[in-house]
Amino acid sequence: MSIESERYDRNFDTLTRTQQAKLASSRVAVLGLGGLGGGVSEMLARIGVGHLTLIDGDVFDPSNLNRQLLCTEDLVGTSKAMAAEKRIQAVNSTVQVTAVHQYADSDTLYDMIKDCDLVVDCLDSIHTRFMLQAAAKKAQIPLVAGAIAGVTGQVTVIFPDDKGYELIYGKKEHLPARGIESRTGNISYCALMVAALQASECVKVLLDRGDILRNKLLIMELWSNSFEVMDLI
Amino acid sequence: MAKIQITLKLFATLAPYLPENADHFQIEPGTTVQEIMRSLQLPPDAVKLIFVNGRKQENTHALEPGDRLGLFPPVGGG
Repeated sequence: MSIESERYDRNFDTLTRTQQAKLASSRVAVLGLGGLGGGVSEMLARIGVGHLTLIDGDVFDPSNLNRQLLCTEDLVGTSKAMAAEKRIQAVNSTVQVTAVHQYADSDTLYDMIKDCDLVVDCLDSIHTRFMLQAAAKKAQIPLVAGAIAGVTGQVTVIFPDDKGYELIYGKKEHLPARGIESRTGNISYCALMVAALQASECVKVLLDRGDILRNKLLIMELWSNSFEVMDLI
Repeated sequence: MAKIQITLKLFATLAPYLPENADHFQIEPGTTVQEIMRSLQLPPDAVKLIFVNGRKQENTHALEPGDRLGLFPPVGGG
């Protein structure tokens, strides 16, 4: 029996065959391939999302080794996007990967994501998150957002006409460039937990299934085992 | 007028400002979130999101007896 006939056996019956086919025809862009993006990309590839556009202009740094799944000692100094492509092809060669070793800016972002069904925000700059929301709005696609600091994380889903980040961070004219993560750093299991929640929201949005975190913010804090879903409006 | 009681939860970097009686925090009736933040000596800009009973509110919101107040800092890492 071939790998392909067995690959998704354990997805059933949590997914239906029709939903599996829907994922296979879906196109998702992942912005940022660090602690969140590395986990999100791999989980989406394993569940069977058919096309992944993986975007990051950065190279691995030794400080990435504490949490970023794609970062190994021999890859320090090399492209995160190229590492992601190699990893995804090793995990699931049926996934079509477009790797983009380029930083996102307001001029290029729209073109990078416009052909996708969904974009995942795994960025580490609050300003760039607003830029991505604007590009997703222009492309009329939903955005699944995750952010982390220490052992604290948050996840939300923003549809094109939603206020989105303004509800979370305030007006973009008065933003700090970074959140508290500049003080707390980021811990491996928190990054992967938020990445898992983002992957879950991606599948729910693509399949229009379950309770989607639209206009809601899931907040978690792992020292106190706090998980709460807050209403943003 | 008798004081009212609320539950106070401070997330992440705000946790060191949590008072000992956070589960039974006593305030004057009509106290706003902003006044509570000031009384806890939270640094300006430390709080990005205010939730009362699981719903986002502004810092001018006045607390009612039994309310659950959650304060959350800006989180943006990836």
